[in-house]
Amino acid sequence: MADRKFSKDHEWIEVDGAVGTIGITDYAQGQLGDVVFVELPEPGRKLAKGDAAAVVESVKAASEVYTPVSGEVTAGNQAIVDDPAKVNAEAEGGAWFFKVKLADPGELGGLMDRTAYDAFLKTLA
Amino acid sequence: MSTNPHGTITGNRGLQLEEPLIFEQGADGRSGVDLPEPPKVKSRLGGLERQGAIGLPGLSEPQAIRHYTRLSQKNYAIDAGMYPLGSCTMKHNPRLNEKLVRLGGLADLHPLQPVSTVQGALELIDTLAHWLKTLTGMPAVAMSPAAGAQGELCGVMAMKAAHDAKGNSKRVRILVPESAHGTNPATAAACGYQVEAIPADARGRVDLAALKARLGPDVAGIMITNPNTCGLFENDMIEIGRAVHAAGGFFYCDGANFNAIVGRVRPGDLGIDCMHINLHKTFSTPHGGGGPGSGPVVLSAALAPYAPLPWVVHGKDGFALVEQTEGTARSATGRLKAFHGQMGMFVRALAYMMSHGADGLRQAAGDAVLNANYVLARLSDVMSAPFPGPCMHEALFDDRFLNGSGVSTLDIAKAMIDEGFHPMTMYFPLVVHGAFLIEPTESESKASLDQFIAVMRGLAERVKKGDTDHFHQAPRYTPRRRLDETQAARKPVLRWRPPAPDKQAAE
Repeated sequence: MADRKFSKDHEWIEVDGAVGTIGITDYAQGQLGDVVFVELPEPGRKLAKGDAAAVVESVKAASEVYTPVSGEVTAGNQAIVDDPAKVNAEAEGGAWFFKVKLADPGELGGLMDRTAYDAFLKTLA
Repeated sequence: MSTNPHGTITGNRGLQLEEPLIFEQGADGRSGVDLPEPPKVKSRLGGLERQGAIGLPGLSEPQAIRHYTRLSQKNYAIDAGMYPLGSCTMKHNPRLNEKLVRLGGLADLHPLQPVSTVQGALELIDTLAHWLKTLTGMPAVAMSPAAGAQGELCGVMAMKAAHDAKGNSKRVRILVPESAHGTNPATAAACGYQVEAIPADARGRVDLAALKARLGPDVAGIMITNPNTCGLFENDMIEIGRAVHAAGGFFYCDGANFNAIVGRVRPGDLGIDCMHINLHKTFSTPHGGGGPGSGPVVLSAALAPYAPLPWVVHGKDGFALVEQTEGTARSATGRLKAFHGQMGMFVRALAYMMSHGADGLRQAAGDAVLNANYVLARLSDVMSAPFPGPCMHEALFDDRFLNGSGVSTLDIAKAMIDEGFHPMTMYFPLVVHGAFLIEPTESESKASLDQFIAVMRGLAERVKKGDTDHFHQAPRYTPRRRLDETQAARKPVLRWRPPAPDKQAAE
């Protein structure tokens, strides 16, 4: 888990080689409430850091999921499209959203590690 | 026999009658009318004719009448009680409007009649356009947009056409403050623009410094809702207009909340380039299932050449309709809609304007603002207001007063239903947490506001006492109890299907 990084928009990314797996944090799913719909980016789509890449809709609101890094989408997690409840159950586990082939691994440097993210969450209370 | 929560034999609860789906009541062979057998003819549908039964329910005439009457009795309507959702959804529709729109000379027109036979109708459109231009202080108006959202589309298309005409292809971005209506970014995106959010400041208004910092040669324009979705007047409008124009952009104003300022502020004086007007919000036409929308767009001199067709002109033989683009009267936008716009709404809106007069419209705006401020003032000590008053036509609260109680904004809304009130707008605007947005409108009396306030104060006190169960159980007195909104969204049952044949009977 050492490789996992977090954004201020409550996305997490875990990098394996050149490919990053991106999801939303447990805090984010808690704020959203029961997730009822997920829309993922098509593989092949080119994203710039901060672009709205996916949509997550709960009983309360629809929100965008921003990509914390630039790159090309290589895969989406069909399991959370078929069963959006997974996002609530395992946001930081099996309910990842999409994978990106990193354009610039240097962008990871601007993200937070677990300790820094936890401290960031405390400032939101 | 299934049990029912009311313990009656029928499942009815006094005058609240249980009503099955129309398909569950249907039986083959029952009908309100006798139709002859269709004659036997050779099919010319080339094999595309329906193969199975159509499956319409069979009901007698009194059954069908009772079905829809019973359903209508389960409705909450502005004619039955207060709608704290306000003019977004429905405000009082004066019956005078309805009487006038049913006059034969207006109701029986056809849009393809020769213009010589519809001079009165064209004069009506022209007169309404005159009122709209006068009230907004703008030189031109496009009457045809079918609703506020299409009005936005019309305005942004005109902005884009004006940029294109100047060869400004680098202006790819539209700025939208967080306090704007949700349709604004959607409209900009639909027109192919990139949308960039401008944050709100601590006063709930556009952060002027942040806005100015974002302006540049890539910005096509800005879309601001005024009064904004927090129910607050954007008091930097003139400065925003100057800055946007200096940067070469256009200034779109979402006029959905014009009802708070009509007769008091002319948006044209604030430097805007275009604004749509929702006739249902400001001029009392029906809406929210009661009638179609109508979203005329007022335009500045810079955007007027890009108005959509058609428009009414004063011709040498009376009123005429420009339906083609010729010569100087060019339209880059073309048509947005078949024919001339929502004529029925035009009649109602003009009836409202002329029956109120300029002074009456001014008073209606004042009363709407007074009513909202009365609600804000009477509830601020028991609920939590994110921004200090005074407000415009909407009173906004957040959910800080619920902190730690285990009761949510949604729970309060459900408890309001038991009290006989339609809930207010919830969880919007997004800039405050767990929002309650209350718009009483100008037409509620002090007595009806006092009853609403008593309910809200009572519920807030109940929260304080820790009676969370009351809220989690609500609503108790409705035909159906609380719905499972999560399952309804995740696994919606979208159509009725005939029950499977009884297995035991088949065996």
